[in-house]
Amino acid sequence: MNRYVHFRDFDWLLLIFVLIICGLGVSEIYSATLGTKFIGMHVKQVEWITAGIVLMFVISLINYQVLLEFVPWMYALSIFSLVSVLVFGKKYLGARRWIDFKLFHFQPSEWIKLVLILTMAKYFAEYRDNDLPFRELVKAGLVVMFPMLLVLKQPDLGTALTYVPIAVMALFLGGMRARHGIILLLVAAVLMPAVWKWGLKPYQKERLSTFVAPEADSHGAGYQVIQSQVAVGSGGIWGKGLAKGTQTQGQFLPVPHTDFIFAAWSEEHGFVGAFFVLLLYFGVLMRLIHDAQTAPDRAGVFLIMGVVAVLAFHVLVNVGMVVGFMPVTGIPLPLMSYGGSSILFTFLSLGIVMNVRMRRYVN
Amino acid sequence: MFGREEKVSTIRLTVAQYAILVIFVFLVYGLWSLQVMDNARLSNMAEQNRVKEVPILAPRGKLTDREGRPVVDNYPSFSAWLVRSQGKTSDTDLDAIAAGLHLDANDLKTHVQRLSAMPGYQPIIIKYDITPDELAFIESHRNEYPALDTVQVHRRLYPRNGFMAHTIGYVGEVSEDMLNQPRFELYNAGDIVGQSGLEAEYNDLLMGKNGSRRVLVNSKGKEVGVLSDTPAVPGRQIQLTIDLDLQLAAEETLGDKNGAIVAMDPKTGEILAMVSRPTFDPNAFAVRITRKDWSALINDPGKPLLNKATQAQLAPGSTFKILMSVAGWQEGIAQNLHVLCNGGATFYGHRFGCWLKGGHGSVDLSTAIYQSCDVFFYTLAEKLGIERIAKYANEFGLGQKTGIDLPQEVQGVIPSEEWKIKNFHQKWFAGETISVGIGQGAIAISPVQLLRAVSAISMGGHLVRPHLVVPDKMPQYYRDTLKYEETREIPIDPEGWNTITDAMARVLLPEGTAPSAHIPGLDIAGKTGSAQTVSLALRAKYANKAEFAQNGWFVGFTPKRNPDIVVCVLFQGGEHGKLAARLATQVIKAYEDKKNNHHIEHLKPPDASSGEAEEGALRRPGRKTMEISGIWTDGGDAGHLQAARFVSPASAAKVQRVVAAPGLEAYAHLDPEPRPVPSHPWRDTVSHLPPVAAILPAPLRGKAVSGGAR
Repeated sequence: MNRYVHFRDFDWLLLIFVLIICGLGVSEIYSATLGTKFIGMHVKQVEWITAGIVLMFVISLINYQVLLEFVPWMYALSIFSLVSVLVFGKKYLGARRWIDFKLFHFQPSEWIKLVLILTMAKYFAEYRDNDLPFRELVKAGLVVMFPMLLVLKQPDLGTALTYVPIAVMALFLGGMRARHGIILLLVAAVLMPAVWKWGLKPYQKERLSTFVAPEADSHGAGYQVIQSQVAVGSGGIWGKGLAKGTQTQGQFLPVPHTDFIFAAWSEEHGFVGAFFVLLLYFGVLMRLIHDAQTAPDRAGVFLIMGVVAVLAFHVLVNVGMVVGFMPVTGIPLPLMSYGGSSILFTFLSLGIVMNVRMRRYVN
Repeated sequence: MFGREEKVSTIRLTVAQYAILVIFVFLVYGLWSLQVMDNARLSNMAEQNRVKEVPILAPRGKLTDREGRPVVDNYPSFSAWLVRSQGKTSDTDLDAIAAGLHLDANDLKTHVQRLSAMPGYQPIIIKYDITPDELAFIESHRNEYPALDTVQVHRRLYPRNGFMAHTIGYVGEVSEDMLNQPRFELYNAGDIVGQSGLEAEYNDLLMGKNGSRRVLVNSKGKEVGVLSDTPAVPGRQIQLTIDLDLQLAAEETLGDKNGAIVAMDPKTGEILAMVSRPTFDPNAFAVRITRKDWSALINDPGKPLLNKATQAQLAPGSTFKILMSVAGWQEGIAQNLHVLCNGGATFYGHRFGCWLKGGHGSVDLSTAIYQSCDVFFYTLAEKLGIERIAKYANEFGLGQKTGIDLPQEVQGVIPSEEWKIKNFHQKWFAGETISVGIGQGAIAISPVQLLRAVSAISMGGHLVRPHLVVPDKMPQYYRDTLKYEETREIPIDPEGWNTITDAMARVLLPEGTAPSAHIPGLDIAGKTGSAQTVSLALRAKYANKAEFAQNGWFVGFTPKRNPDIVVCVLFQGGEHGKLAARLATQVIKAYEDKKNNHHIEHLKPPDASSGEAEEGALRRPGRKTMEISGIWTDGGDAGHLQAARFVSPASAAKVQRVVAAPGLEAYAHLDPEPRPVPSHPWRDTVSHLPPVAAILPAPLRGKAVSGGAR
């Protein structure tokens, strides 16, 4: 089968878009960490990206059909790792998300996304129908809900929420009926107050309430929201220039090299720069959907669209947070924000997309 | 493997595509609204975030004496304030801040609330003169209370124990009432301005101009760069005409007696010393005076805040006879007037008694002056009439402001027919003129007015304008408006001038009214006075209680011809002018001693930066220093620093203050070595002179006592 696979079918255009975004991210990490204790982080980011690219090529070589064979194992392993985190995990900033392997910290919740994408792809590849009755919908939903609840328990609301679009996208493409979609929305709306009351930690509530009225607490949680908006808005059309953002350089902007990197970018490069980056992301997503449309089978479509759902959700929530449309959730901007887990996950997902694309003429 | 399977719905894929497009349009809209629509407001916020304006407070100008020795200086101190551009401080934060700074939380909240209407860039000062532990509290809570900051200020350092307090005045935060007056319109709330004395008179000069520094700060409030720096312009230093040595002599001479002493150079009008008692400690005002201390000062019957030298309005008593003599001579009456005094005389059907019940016998002008015969001056007053008396009194500046450069000088009253009608709607009765002839009745003047008038007479009619600053060192505007050097020549017949000053010189001689004030070798001419504060009858009714005691006056100069110094003493409750005369001669003695020894060693004024090394130099063996200020703490309040210190070189010339009294003349001349001056040598000298042995060092006792003939 491998003899049909060729790097000629690799999505080079997509890779170019991705690498431009990564490069801009590295430059902004460089700028945002100048004069802080994080100085030099951009070099590490380049290393992560390099590792990510290698990983992407390697993954693209393994037939995704083979990967799908292992889904039950991977799913079981994921659940196991989430439970271990809850039991052995390192507590950091009040949440258990990491397992300390001495050499590196392992944050399983990030990888669950990939597993869930694969799981959904396998589930709907085997379901083989474009009409989803309610029983099947609940079954598929529960597959996602179970690890999600475990992650919520850590607690990591932000990551848990990223599982939602995977399920939503899969269910939607899997043929969920409009009636069921409406029912689900209603149930969610009814459950919301209950979740607010019992399901959220105080800091999560605070983040959500400051999202509604940031001025009420301008030195506490609302500070991040306001400072981010000030950073973006003061950038104007053309921006203040690389390493010249006063909000970024004066450390008014919280974590400008990770979660708020887009605010730092927007301050220093203005509306033009920010629009350009959004255009690149849009290009990436459109390219991915194009690849999905040309995928050889259902599994391939679901795989790629799972990746699209996760990436689009990240961009929406992160950029939305930066401009003040979304609450502060700690969701990084894929490909730009500093962070090994996020970079490796993104490239791994892209590797699977490439994998599907390279096999589009198979069969 | 994948046989018959449904293709995924392309419609749904397209829907996903459009959903993503919608998301991106939504995000671009967000960016557009912030970066394009709201750019101006957010840019401004970003600017405020990082630019902090730090005012640099200008130090007030120093005051020095005529030799450049510091009288009023500054010392560095830290104030705590709230910088409101850093955001509003919540009530819970204010509670914590109040606790950390040892303030009352409610007071702090009302203070902040009251000043919240001020422009936001102006910080609110919440505590002056914070202690090191309060400073540490602020430094360690920078992150919790970003608005709480400190500023270094230059605080006023006044001499201790009310030394020269009335002349210097004091400073305080400008009040809201003051800010509403046009004179203070350029001042800002929180400014420290002069409230009385020279501090108020020359506030505009002394205040200087605050500078500012625009600095870049990061989110921690840490400075990361300086945008611009406008240095503060320090207040102007003012050189006073006061001679610290003489001032010290006058302060110690008056001690804790009520009254005032003013010494002046009759040629120029330069005030050499000015003391008023009771006094107050201006250092208490340097922060913010407590309500309790303030009401204590206000309600004190002795009126410690009143500068009696310029603000007391009292009957001058017999000292007024000098002016009567001049008036009488100029009108051609006094030189030919001979009166037989048998202890009183009757005018307009009323008997007016002489102070000497037995009478002075036959008196002429000269005798009438040195014996202070009342009957002579009753007669003279009757002959002159009130209008002519008022004319001469006004000409010599009595009943008028002298124009001295101190605020709120009083005018006093010289009665006249016009004055009576205007104020009482009554006709002047000729009988009222008689009392005015001896400086009683409706006449009321201030010590500095009397000083100026007698000074003019001593100089043969050269009327000066008393002033406290060296005119050459003042800006032209002040010289033009305050006219320090303005003089007026009043014609006085030289023969009359000779007669009157000669008679004044005999006042301290055995035949005069104050022989006990005589110091051999000193050619002092003067006039005693004692003025009733209430009528004699009323006084008798209250059994001669102290508060109705007569005021003693003395005004004198030395030498008799072409004098160098003129001194006026008001001794309230001093009963008799000779006691005031003793005080005056002590001041004159100090002046003469200093002048005679002046050539020995004249000390240079210390530099502005009088550090430890300099102080060491000042304290060189053999060099005398005077310490009029120092560090002290008020008890209880966690070692609250009150002031720093400065030490001035005293005049190298030995200034010996003695109790002038018969039998002690030799005392001052016999002491060749500096020795400690008893801190209050004059104490109780009025009621009873201390035994000679008590105030003289052992080796001198024999000589001193034996030297006393007169």
